[in-house]
Amino acid sequence: MPDTIRLETPLTDEIVKNLKAGDKVSFYGTLYTARDTAHKRLVEAMDRKDPLPFDLEGQVIYYVGPSPAKPGKVIGSAGPTTSYRMDPYAERLMEQGAKGMIGKGKRSQEVVEAMKKYKCVYFAAVGGAAALIAESIKAVEIIAYEDLGPEAIRKLEVENFQAIVINDVNGNDLYEMGKEQYRVAT
Amino acid sequence: MRTLSAENITGAVKKLVMEANTDLGADVVKAFEKGLKEEVSTAGKAVFESLLANQKIAREEQVPMCQDTGYAVFFAELGQDCHITDGLLQDAIDEGVRQGYKEGYLRKSICDPFTRENTKDNTPSIVLVDMVEGDRLKITAAPKGGGSENMSRLTMLTPAAGKQGIIDFVVKRCEEAGPNPCPPVIVGVGIGGSAEKCMTIAKKALLRPIGEKNPDPELADLEAEIIEKVNNLGIGPQGMGGRVFAMAVHIEKYPCHIASLPVAVNICCHASRHKEVVL
Repeated sequence: MPDTIRLETPLTDEIVKNLKAGDKVSFYGTLYTARDTAHKRLVEAMDRKDPLPFDLEGQVIYYVGPSPAKPGKVIGSAGPTTSYRMDPYAERLMEQGAKGMIGKGKRSQEVVEAMKKYKCVYFAAVGGAAALIAESIKAVEIIAYEDLGPEAIRKLEVENFQAIVINDVNGNDLYEMGKEQYRVAT
Repeated sequence: MRTLSAENITGAVKKLVMEANTDLGADVVKAFEKGLKEEVSTAGKAVFESLLANQKIAREEQVPMCQDTGYAVFFAELGQDCHITDGLLQDAIDEGVRQGYKEGYLRKSICDPFTRENTKDNTPSIVLVDMVEGDRLKITAAPKGGGSENMSRLTMLTPAAGKQGIIDFVVKRCEEAGPNPCPPVIVGVGIGGSAEKCMTIAKKALLRPIGEKNPDPELADLEAEIIEKVNNLGIGPQGMGGRVFAMAVHIEKYPCHIASLPVAVNICCHASRHKEVVL
């Protein structure tokens, strides 16, 4: 297992090209949250040629709908949600320059192909470790779609936000590699 | 005839949903410790370590263990000599959900299926009632996350498919679900009944303490056979490869129609939350 790679956002092609499926990474800087309905709205805004609520160039999107913050905290629990629901929208965000996605679970073949084409990496954080993950989130600001409640787009400032590379830009897939390694033939 | 006020039910439900979301059961914590010992992959072991740390933070800081605090599902056993006064059971439980999700800083995750507009108080809840003997009301809160619930499947096999058909369906469903339902999971399996009864008993099977076998030896053997098969798939914790995809497989059965062999899979993520109260 290699040492943890420190990633400062926004990311560049140079950085993402060197990441390999299975690499442990730790994010520092800004992540933007978006899940189901926020993705739908972003893509609808692109279709209308409306300005987007933030510039996607080099950015990393975190698929999360946090629980409400208790008094004295910046955010509630905030683990990743299942990513395949964002598959129909993912390529459109990559076209606009998104360089990373953080979630959990498998992606479609179309998304994996788009990641190769646009140089974008898919990371997983530990699903359900939401109270632990929240400790790496230092500041939160809602920047769009506040009416969506937990689904609003939030700008997060993170320190030592840990994740693992699932799909790299060469089409490797940690889920397939892991299964291959540990499968017991019957 | 004993009377029970709706207000009492509301207060109890409010407490249950808050506890269920912050205080993971001892059986699950024990299963994490066992998993950490048994898992052979480094990435898998790291997942168990994260989950052990996470549940500790949740309990100590009284924050939800998972941001998805679930659809509020309740199993109620209502004694037929218990009369609820001052309101309907569903309304009393919904009011408890409303209060508990607000005061507990739990996420409101329920929306209209078309407009996707959030109901903003996590209601309505799902209340599954069984009428039983006695004059008490037992309520089990079992909030269920969307990620694992999305992996549920029901199939209506032909009787000819038999036991092998059941095993093949459950194993295939687990393989297709892979990392999506947040493994290490508990696999709930319903066999028999009508379509809706089959899924209900699959979900109810998740309430059993982790690893407690079905008292029917034939079903206990089937549970052992299926868990070995699904863990041999190599999916592992969080799907990153390993030997512990499922911490348990729990099966329940019910008589079915002579034409049918219904099988339901209802997977629960590692945040296997349930708390009960008797009123």
